[in-house]
Amino acid sequence: MSNWLWLIPALPLAGFALLALAGRRLTPRGVAVIGVGSVGLAALVALLACADLVAAPPPGDAWIQELWRWIDVAGFAPAIGLRLDPLAAVMVAVVTGVGFLIHLYSAESMAGEEGYARYFAYLNLFVAAMSILVLADNLLFLYLGWEGVGLCSYLLIGFWYRDPANGLAARKAFIVTRTGDVAFTLGVLLLFTRLGSLDIQTLMQEAARQWPAGSALATAAAALLLFGALGKSAQLPLQTWLPDAMAGPTPVSALIHAATMVTAGVYLIARLHVLYALAPAVQAAVAVIGAATLLLAGTCALAQRDIKRVLAYSTISQIGYMFLALGVGAWSAAIFHFMTHAFFKALLFLSAGAVIQAFEDEHDIFRMGGLRRRLPLAFWSFVIGAASLAALPLVTAGFYSKDLILWQAWASPLGSRWLWTAGWVGAILTGAYIFRVVFVAFLGESTRRIVRRPGWRMGLPLVVLSALSVVGGLVEMPPMLGNRPLLSNFLRPVLPPVGALPGAAGFETALSLLAFIATVAGVYAAYRGYVRRAGWFVRIVGSHAGTIVNGFLLGGGGFDALYEKLLVRPFVQLAHWDRRDFVDAAYAGLARLCRVLYRLLSVTQNGRVRRYAAGIVVGAVAAVAIALLELP
Amino acid sequence: MSALIAIPLLGGLLAWLAGSRSDAWPRWISLAALASDLVFALSFWPHGSAAGIAGGGPWLAETGRPWIPSLGIGYHLGMDGLSLILVLLAAFLGIVAVASSWTEIRERVGFFHFNLLWTLAGAIGVFLALDLFLFFFFWELMLVPMYFLIAIWGHENRRYASLKFFLFTQGSGLLMLVSIVALALAHAATGAVLSFDYPQLLRTPLAPSTARWIMLGFFVAFAVKLPMVPFHTWLPDAHTEAPTGGSIVLAGVLLKTGAYGLLRFVVPLFPQAAASLAPWAMALGAVGILYGAVLAFAQDDLKRLVAYTSVSHLGFVLLGAFAWNTWALDGAVMQMVAHGVSTGALFVLVGALQERTGTRDMGRLGGLWAAVPRLAAIAMFFAVASLGLPGLANFVGEILVLAGAFRVDASLTAIAALGLITAVIYALALVQRTFHGEERHGWKIADGTARETATLGAMIAVSLWLGCYPQPVLDAAAPALESLLGSSGAGQLQASLPWTSIVTR
Repeated sequence: MSNWLWLIPALPLAGFALLALAGRRLTPRGVAVIGVGSVGLAALVALLACADLVAAPPPGDAWIQELWRWIDVAGFAPAIGLRLDPLAAVMVAVVTGVGFLIHLYSAESMAGEEGYARYFAYLNLFVAAMSILVLADNLLFLYLGWEGVGLCSYLLIGFWYRDPANGLAARKAFIVTRTGDVAFTLGVLLLFTRLGSLDIQTLMQEAARQWPAGSALATAAAALLLFGALGKSAQLPLQTWLPDAMAGPTPVSALIHAATMVTAGVYLIARLHVLYALAPAVQAAVAVIGAATLLLAGTCALAQRDIKRVLAYSTISQIGYMFLALGVGAWSAAIFHFMTHAFFKALLFLSAGAVIQAFEDEHDIFRMGGLRRRLPLAFWSFVIGAASLAALPLVTAGFYSKDLILWQAWASPLGSRWLWTAGWVGAILTGAYIFRVVFVAFLGESTRRIVRRPGWRMGLPLVVLSALSVVGGLVEMPPMLGNRPLLSNFLRPVLPPVGALPGAAGFETALSLLAFIATVAGVYAAYRGYVRRAGWFVRIVGSHAGTIVNGFLLGGGGFDALYEKLLVRPFVQLAHWDRRDFVDAAYAGLARLCRVLYRLLSVTQNGRVRRYAAGIVVGAVAAVAIALLELP
Repeated sequence: MSALIAIPLLGGLLAWLAGSRSDAWPRWISLAALASDLVFALSFWPHGSAAGIAGGGPWLAETGRPWIPSLGIGYHLGMDGLSLILVLLAAFLGIVAVASSWTEIRERVGFFHFNLLWTLAGAIGVFLALDLFLFFFFWELMLVPMYFLIAIWGHENRRYASLKFFLFTQGSGLLMLVSIVALALAHAATGAVLSFDYPQLLRTPLAPSTARWIMLGFFVAFAVKLPMVPFHTWLPDAHTEAPTGGSIVLAGVLLKTGAYGLLRFVVPLFPQAAASLAPWAMALGAVGILYGAVLAFAQDDLKRLVAYTSVSHLGFVLLGAFAWNTWALDGAVMQMVAHGVSTGALFVLVGALQERTGTRDMGRLGGLWAAVPRLAAIAMFFAVASLGLPGLANFVGEILVLAGAFRVDASLTAIAALGLITAVIYALALVQRTFHGEERHGWKIADGTARETATLGAMIAVSLWLGCYPQPVLDAAAPALESLLGSSGAGQLQASLPWTSIVTR
């Protein structure tokens, strides 16, 4: 199998090359066949590889394929090398599988757009870069994928380039994530210069061997890489780019800004978990950042009117859950939630996309409604996605993964009641904000005409993702439901299990019940507020304070305004002041000085004999005077 | 090896003569001359492993005969991997420059190509000269024709720009001449015969204060050329006002002579003096990276924006040159080549747009993607190359420089690494303001022609190749860089050096 690994990134890459070079000569049908087909084939190869990995695990539980040596300078020797282990397998299966469904959806939903070939070229390039990110066996090659997905994110957010607002959102995404990438780069350089390798396996072994837990170097390296992960995964304080990234086409939001790329930070930390275990302070920070982010973003989601922005904040919040899991050492729970989140969030975005198109590019949830009968497929898809996101017990995939995270936030030796409480409150928020959308946008009344209905290419991905959002949780059954943790067992060679505090076991059922209550409470609150229009709710929202809070949350908690004032404006101002270059002014001054001196001296040689005579007289008098005064 | 210099010299003369007959002749003659120069230079490429040329030192070829024996001046040329790479870059970008001037230059075509080829010949001579007087001769040879290129075929403000270019480079050239003579005299004062020969001068024992002053003379001359902040202000004017072909050669080749001088002369000739300068030079490199990027972002003139990016990119070269270890030097060489290709390509694109629209003002451009999708996509490619995307050549240079510099000074490297953010800011601003947004000015212009597409396609191929498989270039440069590291006596100096050299390979 290891000889075929290269096909997973190469197929979409070939699709990109073909579309980029010949895209404008192809028919739309040809473009779709290449664009969707290349990712479909990659998904097929990836699934076969995963099946093989499960059926016949190779020694070391990983297939390795080194294609060539990328750079080789005095020990700085990263390879173009791929490594498929269980963690990479889960990631790459989801990336190519969900990627394929979204490509198929795009073939229909983007039909007729100007730049159809360009769209698929970018999207193929994204899948190639993302699979490199998860398959790379060394940090520099991983960084290639990391930057590659960032580039594609930029290109696709700004896909509709005529509107300068889209361009601004695209550049914001690239610049904010690049800020994290600088830290990432420095972290990689620190690891390399101290441990002498770029290969991830070697690095982790050497780190564990050379650095004691809590050592300054391990802490510095882990913190730098964490900052990189925060940028890519839109966590505090680098979360501001993701809501604006919704300017891109909806399938792009589903694939890049929900299911795959934004979880790259989660993958990175899970991949380097040995390092984080050596840096307990940083790992604790991961948990705290995750908890804070999930609360903040969940609250902000309550106030959004744009359906895609609700989902964007929801994504930030859900990745916060994953960070929370990583922070308490529940590595496989984080990956489990990544997987279920990829299913239900892609589903939510794609069904929202169908609704947006049905109402002629309408994003405001208060101007949608009445969809149960008129757009049943999108309606039921969204409801299933919402239920899974809100973690409706037993019947949704989201329940199993979120319950696992909450449980481990409580029971892990690194966990705490506070972290659990944050996650629990987050569950209330989740139920509330997503069912607010369901009640307002899907159930409410609306007589607006439906202008477009999804065909089979949009419908099939919705059906498949709906199914996955329901049954996707079966791969990890908790102790009270048969105790079959298939996913954790599969990941065990890479990701060690998290311990449980003694005495915690007895709480498991009680905690699950509490989580259930949280979900119900959230949904009920949304119901009271937006269906029944309860008096207390209307009064609070309508009050002066309510308006202020609403505006604050609508703007994402003031971060944008703060960064604008603190960073963006000073930078632009500085550039504007200095556009003529202060340094050049010094040289211009020098030139002016020369000119002044030249004028002064040229006065002495202006051809007027009288001046010369006067000069001679003055000089002579002065000379005589000096001579006389010098005399004793 | 002399032929490498002679071919463009003769080709230039021929082009000038043929120019009176027709406009097409000089173009074809120049193209043929540079292409044969490129092929001839390729024949020097080291075959097999680097060990194949062991014993003879890093030199792939060497030739010499006395020139002015009474003063110890000789015609001494030598080529190692470093020179070879830069000669190849010069020939390649020369071809690009000729191709991109094909329709742009319509007046005095013969004389234009004469100047273009002679300035390239001068640059190639600079990369090959092993006699310091000869080096200075070639140094001047490349400057004068470039002055004419800017002054005659330049844009609106060409007289100001060409004069500024001339004053800066000539002033710094004078400093260099004084330093060369001083070094030769200091060498003679130790009892040796008067000589300008590089290998003989290499191990001249100098009093620290003498060494410092002579070194500074060389350093400033090369730093102006590089350019290093605060000696950079000639560059935006010269690059902006020069015709497209001139800008390509200026940015792609002439700036590299400054970097080459630092690597070949400043550190090896004056290791201790250079060592005490290194922290300052590295800091100025980091400042240049950020300052150039901020200024690039501030420009409204598309070409001026590209010009300022050179200041930023060459900051990495300065940083790497003075970090002075294997990674940093390999990175600096890679960055030189990568910058030549990516910035050269951006100048080709700017030239193509200016030829079509008659403006470089980004306030009047914008939204051109729909009009010229092919050129726009290529511009996107090189903007992305400029911001250092992994997989393209610039990244390899930058990451190696950063790795080498990190070894020496982690906090300074962190500051320099902020340049990765500022690069995104200016590169994306370029794309946004030129190609994205609404097309408001009604440009009806043609997309890239076959000639432009072929030229830029070749540059894309080079950038991808060096980004994904840079090893051939790194291997070719390795023995030369190792010998430079060795000749600076890095091994013995480590205790006193602010850097820790990694000579092990």
